[in-house]
Amino acid sequence: MQIRITEQDGVPIYLQIVNQVKFLIASGRLSPGEEMPPIRTLAEKLTVNPNTVARAYRELESEGIVTKKRTAGTYVSDSGPRLSRTECIKILTERIDALLAEAKQMEIGTKEILELIQQRNQLMTSGEQAR
Amino acid sequence: MNEPIIEIKNLVREFGTRRALDDVSLTIQPGTVMGLVGENGAGKTTLIKHVLGLLKAQKGTVSVFGMDPVSNPEAVLSKIGYLSEEGDLPTWMRVHELMRYSAAFYPTWDDKYAMSLLEEFKLDPGAKLSKMSKGQRSRAGLLVAMAYRPQLLVLDEPSSGLDPIVRKDILGAIIRTIADDGRTVLFSSHLLSEVERVADQISIVRNGRILISDNLDTVKESHLRATLLFDEPLTSHPDIPGSLTWSGGGKEWQLTFCGEAKSLDEGAKQLGAKIIERAGLSLEEIFVAQVGAA
Repeated sequence: MQIRITEQDGVPIYLQIVNQVKFLIASGRLSPGEEMPPIRTLAEKLTVNPNTVARAYRELESEGIVTKKRTAGTYVSDSGPRLSRTECIKILTERIDALLAEAKQMEIGTKEILELIQQRNQLMTSGEQAR
Repeated sequence: MNEPIIEIKNLVREFGTRRALDDVSLTIQPGTVMGLVGENGAGKTTLIKHVLGLLKAQKGTVSVFGMDPVSNPEAVLSKIGYLSEEGDLPTWMRVHELMRYSAAFYPTWDDKYAMSLLEEFKLDPGAKLSKMSKGQRSRAGLLVAMAYRPQLLVLDEPSSGLDPIVRKDILGAIIRTIADDGRTVLFSSHLLSEVERVADQISIVRNGRILISDNLDTVKESHLRATLLFDEPLTSHPDIPGSLTWSGGGKEWQLTFCGEAKSLDEGAKQLGAKIIERAGLSLEEIFVAQVGAA
C-alpha cells in the first residue's frame, strides 16, 4: 500500500491517509476483501503516530470503506462505501467548489477542467486494467 | 482518568535576573507523545531538566510518576530513558562497554532487545564512542535509552544536526516506544514537521511560558488561513477577534486565525468582506503565526 505523507500543507495526517486509501481503492490498487496493514506496521512505515493511523482506520470504518473483522485485521469492504447518494453528492460538491474556486484564481476555464477530469479518469481506469 | 506521568504546576525558574521558566504548568498522560516546541532559549531544555530532577523547582511543583524527581532520583530515573542532543555519553567507552555499563544500572535491561537494536542500527560493538560519527553516537545513545524499556522516554532535541536517516531511526524509536503497550514520550524539537508526524500532544514554549498546550488535532483544527476580499481597498489591515497575523494590501488581505471557523465567518461579515479562500495550516505555519502574534 503506497501512501505518502506530507507535513507541508495543512491537511491533517489522518485525513491524508483516509484520502489516499480512498484513492487506492478507486484506482483499483486496493481491492475489496484485501487486508489493510496492521496499525503498528503502517505507523512505522510512514513514521507517524499509531494513534493517527488508528484514527484514519476508524474514519474509514465509519464510512464503510473498510471493515474490522472480529478475529483482528482490517479489510477493504466488499460492497463499497455505504454512504447515501445524497451524502456522496454533498461531499463531492464541496470538493468541486474548492476546485472551481482555485481554477478561477488561476484563470483556468470550466471547459478545460472538464477535459482534465476526463483525461485523469482515463489514466486512472487504464491503470486499473494494467493490473 | 489515569494518574498523569508528569505533572508540573506553576513552575518558576530564574537564572540570575533572567526568568527561564515563568509559571509553567504541564500535564502528560500515560501513552501520549508530547512534543515540546519553541525557539532556542525558549526554556525547553530547562523544563526537561526539571523532569529529570537535575534542577530543583524554585517555585511550583514537579511530579514524575507521582514523585518529586529531586528527592527520589533513583526511583524516577530508573523509569526514564533519556537522550540529549549532544548525548552525555562516556565517550571513552566502546559500544559493548556502554551496554554492559548501562545494563548494570537498570534492573529492567532487556538484553535481547538491546542486541536487536544493535543489529538494526548497524553499530559495531567494538567501536569507541569518541571515534564514531555523530549519527552513530546518537544511535548508541538511543540504544541504551531504550533497551531497558523505560516507561517514559525523554528526548531533548534528539535529531538536531543529524542526517535524515538517523532522524528517521529516532522517530521510529519513538513510534515503537508508544506502540509497545502505551509508554509515554516527551520530546523537544525545533523540527516541526517531525513533531507533526509523531506527537499527539504539543506544547509551544516561548520566553519561558507555554503559549499553547493541547491535542495536536485540536490545535490543527482551530487554526486556519483565509483570504478576505473587500469591496474597497483598505490602507491598513482590519481586525477580527482571533486573528493572529495579517498580510496583503488593497482589497485583498490574508490572515491566520485561531478559533472557531464560525466566528471567522461572522467577523468577515461584519467587515463586509468575502472569504475567497481558506485552508488549514501546517504546524510550522501555526507556530510562526502564534509566536509572531505573541
